[in-house]
Amino acid sequence: MDLSRHRAALVAALAAAAILIVLPATSIPPYYIAFLYLIFFWIAMATSWTILSGFAGYWSFGHAAFFGTGVYTSATLATKFGWPFLATLPAAAALAATLGTGIGWIVFRLQRLRGELFALMTISVTFVVAAIISNTPIDGGSGVYLISVAMPEFFGSQDGTIYTLGLAFAAFSLGVAWWVYRSRMGLGLFAIHDDEDVAEVKGVPTFRYKLGAIALSSGIAGAVGGVYSIYVSYVTVGETFEITVIMYPVVMSIFGGSRHWLGPALGATIVTIALYGFPSGPEAALARGGIALGLILVVLLLPEGVMPSLMRWWRALAPRRLVPMPVLPQPLVPEPRKAETGAALAGQSVPVLECREVWKTFGGVQALKGVSLDVRQGEILGLVGPNGSGKSTLINVITGHFKLDRGSIVFDGAPIGDLPAHRVARLGIARSYQIPRPFNRLTVLDNVALAASFGDGRTEGEARRMAAHWLGYTGLARKAFEYPPKLNLHERKFLELARGLAARPRVLMLDEVLSGLNNTEIDEALTLIRDIRTRGTTIIFVEHLMRAVVALSDRVAVLNGGALIALGTPAETMRDSEVISVYLGKAHAS
Amino acid sequence: MPSFQLLDQSLVTGLLTGGLYGLLALGLSLSWGLLRLVNIGHFAIALLGAYLTWWMGTALGIAPWWAGIVIVAAFFLYGVGLHWVFMRFAVTEMASMLITFALAVIIESILQFIWTADFRRYETAWGSQSWIVGSLYVPKLSLIAFLVAAALATGTWAWLRYTYVGRALRACAEDAPIAAAFGINHRGLSFLLSGLCAAYAGVAGVFIALIATLAPSQIWTWVGVVFAVVIIGRLGNPLGALMGGILIGVCEAVTMAVVDPSWAPLVSFSVLIALLLFKPRWI
Repeated sequence: MDLSRHRAALVAALAAAAILIVLPATSIPPYYIAFLYLIFFWIAMATSWTILSGFAGYWSFGHAAFFGTGVYTSATLATKFGWPFLATLPAAAALAATLGTGIGWIVFRLQRLRGELFALMTISVTFVVAAIISNTPIDGGSGVYLISVAMPEFFGSQDGTIYTLGLAFAAFSLGVAWWVYRSRMGLGLFAIHDDEDVAEVKGVPTFRYKLGAIALSSGIAGAVGGVYSIYVSYVTVGETFEITVIMYPVVMSIFGGSRHWLGPALGATIVTIALYGFPSGPEAALARGGIALGLILVVLLLPEGVMPSLMRWWRALAPRRLVPMPVLPQPLVPEPRKAETGAALAGQSVPVLECREVWKTFGGVQALKGVSLDVRQGEILGLVGPNGSGKSTLINVITGHFKLDRGSIVFDGAPIGDLPAHRVARLGIARSYQIPRPFNRLTVLDNVALAASFGDGRTEGEARRMAAHWLGYTGLARKAFEYPPKLNLHERKFLELARGLAARPRVLMLDEVLSGLNNTEIDEALTLIRDIRTRGTTIIFVEHLMRAVVALSDRVAVLNGGALIALGTPAETMRDSEVISVYLGKAHAS
Repeated sequence: MPSFQLLDQSLVTGLLTGGLYGLLALGLSLSWGLLRLVNIGHFAIALLGAYLTWWMGTALGIAPWWAGIVIVAAFFLYGVGLHWVFMRFAVTEMASMLITFALAVIIESILQFIWTADFRRYETAWGSQSWIVGSLYVPKLSLIAFLVAAALATGTWAWLRYTYVGRALRACAEDAPIAAAFGINHRGLSFLLSGLCAAYAGVAGVFIALIATLAPSQIWTWVGVVFAVVIIGRLGNPLGALMGGILIGVCEAVTMAVVDPSWAPLVSFSVLIALLLFKPRWI
């Protein structure tokens, strides 16, 4: 059923591709060939823009810079160095990708403002590249003629070659977008779009993925620029770095739908045809303004683009049997861990996680003042303390979200204090968030599958089956294909738990999972947490609710003002005079 | 090697140009830092203001100060209207960039349609007057622009720091829901601030008309420069915007004198890159 639908689509796509490939061999008028080339050109530009900007949400205003780098690389190599034209295209792609990756490398490392700064850097770089090219002999202000550049002739003409190259790069960009969209990387990029910090903590190598995406995005734009240089055969700085080159891919992608691999191609085709009668002369300026107005309207009124509406319409129109409802994958029960049967080991005090003299300062505030703490294999360690005592900071330092200032953290005998968060996650440390932070535009199933995939290193299919298991375990199976904003607080807390569990961590840190739940829900959660421990996971349990802490914890650690003031069995710590004074005030302590 | 005379002169020129950059950066820095909206259209508005000043002056014979009052008032209303759209559609920080980028393109296209892409120059009697200090020329208009920029930056800084309204605005930028819980009328204040930012663009526009040669594409030459100024000066910090403007202005002027004027666009970009590589705490 599912297969026949795919086969039909595949046959149709192959037939269309075959027709497009042989089209220049027919007696079709050259005018149409040129027009089709333009459509391919914009498909490749818009699709390549989307690979970074649509999927990961880093909006680039610099596609003209990458495109222009490609244009001038090909033009220079072909005219001044006499390279065969086709050989200039990989160079064009490589140089553009280098430029893109360079910008990314500088901006993506920042903690704050990286999205905005990336956008602004890409605007500036466009004008900087343009200034460099026009100030140096690359162009020198007079433009470069490519009339005399020799070209291989496909289908008996240069136009045929240009057409074929255009088609090839459009197809290539779509192929890349499809591949990214369907891969782990795509899932990671979508997660980055929704909440980059959480993505990193769940094990997504965010920096690498963003660099990969911008390299692909700018590289394709560069290659497309190379072909364009021979198409126009006279390149100038003014036209290459025009503001429309920045604007069109953005308009096309967003209009088509920048969260789907096919959206930008759809948008590019529609917009290019709509621009068919694009006026020249003074009205051209106004028409450009019209496109910009269109962009505003699309961003405000149709932020998801036409692709999702189109797909909904197709679902409603097509017979049921052609569009099957999504089915929860067969749950895959993870194999139990060996030699880690929780409670049995709890008595033995084998440290799994050790914090030694951990210091962390924010500006002038000392959030952690030399905390030393051992977490033993298989125990439930309650971590308590008043608000602002450093509990959340400690969790954030252990997961690698914050870099520690001094001290060390050792996990399983190896220091992890300097590792980026995604490596820490991959080693087997997971957390839940006090205020749930799901990826809002991924389904509940994908939210959990992402954690299984990146936290536990599962393949795509396995991760989804594993996710189905953990959704069943936390009672969320019915909600698998909902989006998180539709869940209530209780369900979102359990989604947090499912995401934490799906990574199959050695150590799971639960940050106030109980807050906001009613008594029945709390009991339910406590049973679940005990069960998780018996399956071999060590738990650090941050909580304000003392009833739960005493009932659940093997040991309790008390933080106050960034320092550890007590550590021991619940009964011991609750009798500690310093703990009592912190919680109840000095008068009760004596 | 250029003479010291030339270097000194370029320091003065850079300082004064820097004032104009600071004036342009002021509104941008405030809306980005305090409203979390990145307004690429700010430059377009400033240039629109410049064209309107020039047009009122040459076609209607209205003196620039009267034109300035009209423009500043009209732009204030524009800023309020723009913010209404942002609030109405709950526009995010990133979407605000796209929308205001498109606004800039629209304004550029309108300017080009009405007044063509040709250069325009507003000739006034005092346009070319200078004071001569020692061996240095200090253009009067540039100095006035600088002083106005300094006064506005200082005034805004004091306003944010010492008045109830200013403190409330900073509280909102920190945490809007909490501020609202303390009874701060975030909506009203943000309209005021957005209007003010646009009004500052109007002030900048009047001086641009008097000092510079106008062409619609100038919008884009400012984007990189002024955003670098905003980042250097720290978001939402009026005095920082002025200082950043002066720093970039001086660097550019020295580059023009020592290397070549056509390399000026690279200056702010290089400074920004260096700053980002260094990763100061405020970024």
